[in-house]
Amino acid sequence: MSKFKKSNNKETPPISTSSLPDIIFMLLFFFMVTTTMRQQDLKIKVHVPAAVQIQKLEKKSLVSYIYVGSPIKNFQKIFGTESRIQLNDAFATPGDIRDYITSEREARDENEVPFMTTSLKVDEYTKMGIVTDIKQKLRECNALKINYSTRKGSSE
Amino acid sequence: MSKRKTPEINASSMADIAFLLLIFFLVTTTMDTDSGISRKLPPMPEKNQQKSNDKIKERNVFVVLINKNNQLLVEGEPMDVSRLKEKAKEFIENPANNPKLPEKKITEVDSRYFGNKYPVSKGVISLQNDRGTSYGTYIQVQDELLSAYIELRDELSMRIFSQKYDDLITSKKDLVKKIYPQRISEAEPKNVGGGK
Repeated sequence: MSKFKKSNNKETPPISTSSLPDIIFMLLFFFMVTTTMRQQDLKIKVHVPAAVQIQKLEKKSLVSYIYVGSPIKNFQKIFGTESRIQLNDAFATPGDIRDYITSEREARDENEVPFMTTSLKVDEYTKMGIVTDIKQKLRECNALKINYSTRKGSSE
Repeated sequence: MSKRKTPEINASSMADIAFLLLIFFLVTTTMDTDSGISRKLPPMPEKNQQKSNDKIKERNVFVVLINKNNQLLVEGEPMDVSRLKEKAKEFIENPANNPKLPEKKITEVDSRYFGNKYPVSKGVISLQNDRGTSYGTYIQVQDELLSAYIELRDELSMRIFSQKYDDLITSKKDLVKKIYPQRISEAEPKNVGGGK
């Protein structure tokens, strides 16, 4: 028996986890700020082409999206592999675009309507025919601001 | 008054709650930044509109055709996409005042930077595609044409303001824009090179 009691405290003290919530919250805020809510489930495969001279789309709340591409595997039995348009959550035809634009406009404030942009997310291998149809429809309903969605590509 | 000590709140489950939130946001959000080529479509022609008589002279139009096999025909000759930018720049600028390339209109500009008048090209780029053209090629061509304009603007702003066009303040940007206005016209749809 020694005078000083030998502390048999060989095991390491538990790691304090009290700062863990703070760390996680920081991560959480980071993701909340840098990401946007997923708009919808894509029923088509869209791989946008690359371009060099691209601009960022501003004011995401004023952007409506039109997706064009070949249907994903599950839908190929029904719809084939030909490029299709997707608006919101459903397949559509060029004729549906007018209704879509109207509903998008109604969802916005009236004086914001002139600043609304339509973003065309079109797959690289789509034929221009369908894109031309969409463009004509957009012109008809006077939604003239469009944006061809592209990836950032290397120069040349 | 005896103050009862409140027991400490157990915060060990806080991390779990935060994790749950974190995972929820990871799943429901996407990180893709939206970027692309912004364009403005021409308004629909009105039905009773008469065809305007002031036709644009042939020398002022730079015709780019893309057929269904994604081949280019630029001003009547087949061309590879890689050479398009160079050709478009030459067309817009017309450095040697070639009579086949576009005319220039003497325009009054801000005298502080450019002298009183500056010859501004009247050139218009007309892009026509077939229904069978692939979208990828179309964007590639759009991109090249846009690059031509942006490079010309960059060169000018480097020369005058010794800054890149993107870094200029808006009023100076407008000056440069006035000298190199972006005129890319996407024609009414028609079939180029046959085929549906």
